[in-house]
Amino acid sequence: MSTETVKTPVKIKVSEPLFSPKNKKLITDPLNDSNPITVQILGICSALAVTVKMEPSIVMALAVVVVCAFSNLVISLIRNSIPNRIRIIVQLTVVAALVILVDEVLQAFVYDVSKQLSVFVGLIITNCIIMGRLEAFAMASKPWPAFLDGIGNGLGYGLILVIVSAVRELFGSGQLMGFQVVPESFYKMGYFNNGLAILPPMALIVVGVIIWIQRSRNTKLIETN
Amino acid sequence: MADKNSNKYTLIYASVLVVIVAVLLAFAAIQLGPYQEQNVKLEKMQDILSSIGVESEAKEAEKLFNEYSQEQIVLNNKGEVAKTDVKAFDIDLKKEQDKTKNGKDDERLFPMYIFNKDGEKYYIIPVRGKGLWGPIWGYVALEGDMNTVYGTSFDHKGETPGLGAEINTAEFQQQFVGKTIFDETGNFVSVRVIKGGASPNDLHGVDAISGGTVTSNGVTEMLQSTLKNYIPYFKSNSQLKDTPIANQ
Repeated sequence: MSTETVKTPVKIKVSEPLFSPKNKKLITDPLNDSNPITVQILGICSALAVTVKMEPSIVMALAVVVVCAFSNLVISLIRNSIPNRIRIIVQLTVVAALVILVDEVLQAFVYDVSKQLSVFVGLIITNCIIMGRLEAFAMASKPWPAFLDGIGNGLGYGLILVIVSAVRELFGSGQLMGFQVVPESFYKMGYFNNGLAILPPMALIVVGVIIWIQRSRNTKLIETN
Repeated sequence: MADKNSNKYTLIYASVLVVIVAVLLAFAAIQLGPYQEQNVKLEKMQDILSSIGVESEAKEAEKLFNEYSQEQIVLNNKGEVAKTDVKAFDIDLKKEQDKTKNGKDDERLFPMYIFNKDGEKYYIIPVRGKGLWGPIWGYVALEGDMNTVYGTSFDHKGETPGLGAEINTAEFQQQFVGKTIFDETGNFVSVRVIKGGASPNDLHGVDAISGGTVTSNGVTEMLQSTLKNYIPYFKSNSQLKDTPIANQ
């Protein structure tokens, strides 16, 4: 009997470079093709509430980027040890702890902005984007891709918030980032600040318009029932 | 490694997670505490200044506060200067109001700020009350006659945005300018926030916020119950002989 040694091909594990094309897509995709607000339709509530002016929107967006990225990272790191029955609770605990940390930091270093955001920072815990990404991605991915995915989705959310708040602040108060943009002379000629712009329905309308423009440019996103 | 879906593992996992999170948050709260307290202190100064119409940024708040401040006194419930080392600025209105609830009304302390602006004296009284979702508070600045409101500033913890939360807007606060807290015969009537709107020549009423009735009522109650504590002081210190209070 001849001894045959069967050679099994040895798989050499090549670790993916940090910013490989696949990893870069994790950041760039949510900015357009898989935007959490306009394509995944998540996180609409805070998009309506804080986008009256640009400054709180930018701070809110930064807070969501931080919470999304780091909760994705933490959950991905511990994903193999979480008992199945308390999976959602563990995710929630991690998100809540991060949000509280962010809230405390805001109150310590940018107090007046934290007052403008008031209860909405706490509501990041209930933001569907965060839990959505944890369940859909972080629970099944390695830490670095999960972290990038969190940043990407946070930035996608932030992009929409900045656009909506720019429109609402411009037409609702004539300002951008607190600086008067609409000149005094316009008001004297009879121009009024649009009262609808500072109400939540305007945010829905602007998001709807963005979705319309996005799907016209990228027909692949149009859902066919 | 124990079966990660067993009861024992699940319980231990949950407990360890909770302990780690608790330690982390407690650590953060302690480290960030001083910065947050400083912010709150500066905001208090900004609010007091705002009640006499002086708007300020956080960085200049302390300097402006000390510039305009003439005297900060602490009164007891008889309207006399209280014998205490506690400084007016450090008095926590909530704790003082709790004293009344616990039957220790005679130990209560009432802070008052006497400010000087453009040569005129103003008496600024901190007020505190209950809104719909949480506490509301503010500062009422009275002119030298201790009767006419010169300005107000209000704030809240968590009133509904766009409704009760409007009490901290200039629009709501400006309404109180020129109102009086004593009527012509010298009776204390405070200023009421009236649902449905106050009549234009009502010296003791302002418009409530549509959709923010509970908060508006909270403001009425807050002004009534806090300002009445200062009546003894007003009576004994009113310098203008013909003011309603002096004639009471």
